[in-house]
Amino acid sequence: MLVESRLDPEAAVVNEVCAAGEPWMKEIRKGQIFRILDLEGNQAVDTLFYNAHDTEERYSAIDTIQRQRNLYLGVGTRLISTEGNAMLTIIADNCGRHDTLGGACAQESNTIRYALNKRFMHACRDNFMCAIQHDYRHGMSKRDITHNINFFMNVPVTPAGGLTFEDGISAPGKYVEMRAEMDVMCLISNCPQLNNPCNAYNPTPIRLLIWDQQSA
Amino acid sequence: MLEATARAPAGPVLWEETLPGGAHWSGVMRRGTALRFTDIEGGANLSALFWNFEEKSERYNMPDTLKAQHTAFLTRGHCGFSDMGRVLFSIVEDTAGWNDTICGVIDDATMTARFGKKRFQEHRNDMHRSGREGLLKEMGRWGLGKRDLHANVNFFSKVTTDADGNLSLCAATRPRAYVDVRFDMDVLLAITAAPHPLTEMGVYVPKPVKLTAWRAGIAPADDYCRNSRSENQRAFVNTARYFAD
Repeated sequence: MLVESRLDPEAAVVNEVCAAGEPWMKEIRKGQIFRILDLEGNQAVDTLFYNAHDTEERYSAIDTIQRQRNLYLGVGTRLISTEGNAMLTIIADNCGRHDTLGGACAQESNTIRYALNKRFMHACRDNFMCAIQHDYRHGMSKRDITHNINFFMNVPVTPAGGLTFEDGISAPGKYVEMRAEMDVMCLISNCPQLNNPCNAYNPTPIRLLIWDQQSA
Repeated sequence: MLEATARAPAGPVLWEETLPGGAHWSGVMRRGTALRFTDIEGGANLSALFWNFEEKSERYNMPDTLKAQHTAFLTRGHCGFSDMGRVLFSIVEDTAGWNDTICGVIDDATMTARFGKKRFQEHRNDMHRSGREGLLKEMGRWGLGKRDLHANVNFFSKVTTDADGNLSLCAATRPRAYVDVRFDMDVLLAITAAPHPLTEMGVYVPKPVKLTAWRAGIAPADDYCRNSRSENQRAFVNTARYFAD
């Protein structure tokens, strides 16, 4: 389901560009609206959310899938935590489908998927490691890097159980917008994967916007 | 579906144990051992998590496992990959045919909503036990906690999807279906025979699962799982390097 946003970027309290292959970490308070904008199209935005006050509670791909009995994320999806709480709700989306099965790329998984000598290419795991190594507030480690959301990625599953990364359905200007249902910390890796045709082998920047709570 | 006529394990049986429905267990499965999970009555679900026993931050990774093998479920020929690019386990036989790994484990709130609450005080060991609590209790024995609870495998449970991504839990497996899992590293295994999280509302009757351990040996060069895809071959190379084979 496609739902357009009526929010004005001029009124956003955060409006930043995250370059391709970079991490991004920021707190989003309950009631704030968070938008991820795909500036050039088909960019994978590997995203994790944590309870800002207790990072042991974090986004859970399996609980989100289980609660909505559906694989894909879109308008109306509640992003569910490991404790079964709604963390954010997707309220606008002009892309149509987002993945949470495909995980993040890592040096190690690249050696399996592509070739052993791909180990030394930049990958999302390094962005996540970099972000948490420099974050002294939350004391996180690799144990805290869980199964993420891939905004703008198209990973269809067939009735027979096949799974593939298809070419993206996103395009320049596509965005997804969600309302925080609790204070959350967002951790993004703007994916640097150069081995997968789903992003045309061309990682690109994204824009991240946050609005304060909207009056009805 | 294959007829569930059990072939004997190809190696000396080390031990056997029956896990009652709803119960949980954990233990170290050494490299080259294997476990047969047998759905004795039919309709069992066995939720399982896997770690490298030597370095427990290395664990089964559902997304890496699925995307490397281009599958949304696990069966014979598939391997379970760790987040470090190694093979934790291989499914060397499977008469159930489909093992879910995308739906997670049932928690207390979902259990109570579907089946009602039964405490120990009134019901003794017929109390209701959720899979999540069972796994956490086992994980606590090894110094692990909620931060280590990730996507699990639900052996014996088949969950299919339609074109829009809607999920359906399919009919139960037949009695005596079994899945043989070979451990390709020293693996800390935690399991619970609690119901699958998509089990519809009704009576809480989780089914028992028999565990049969045997010495299978390290995957040979012509191993079916090793050679089922080039991705798996590379993962076995990574694993061999770790063990200095």
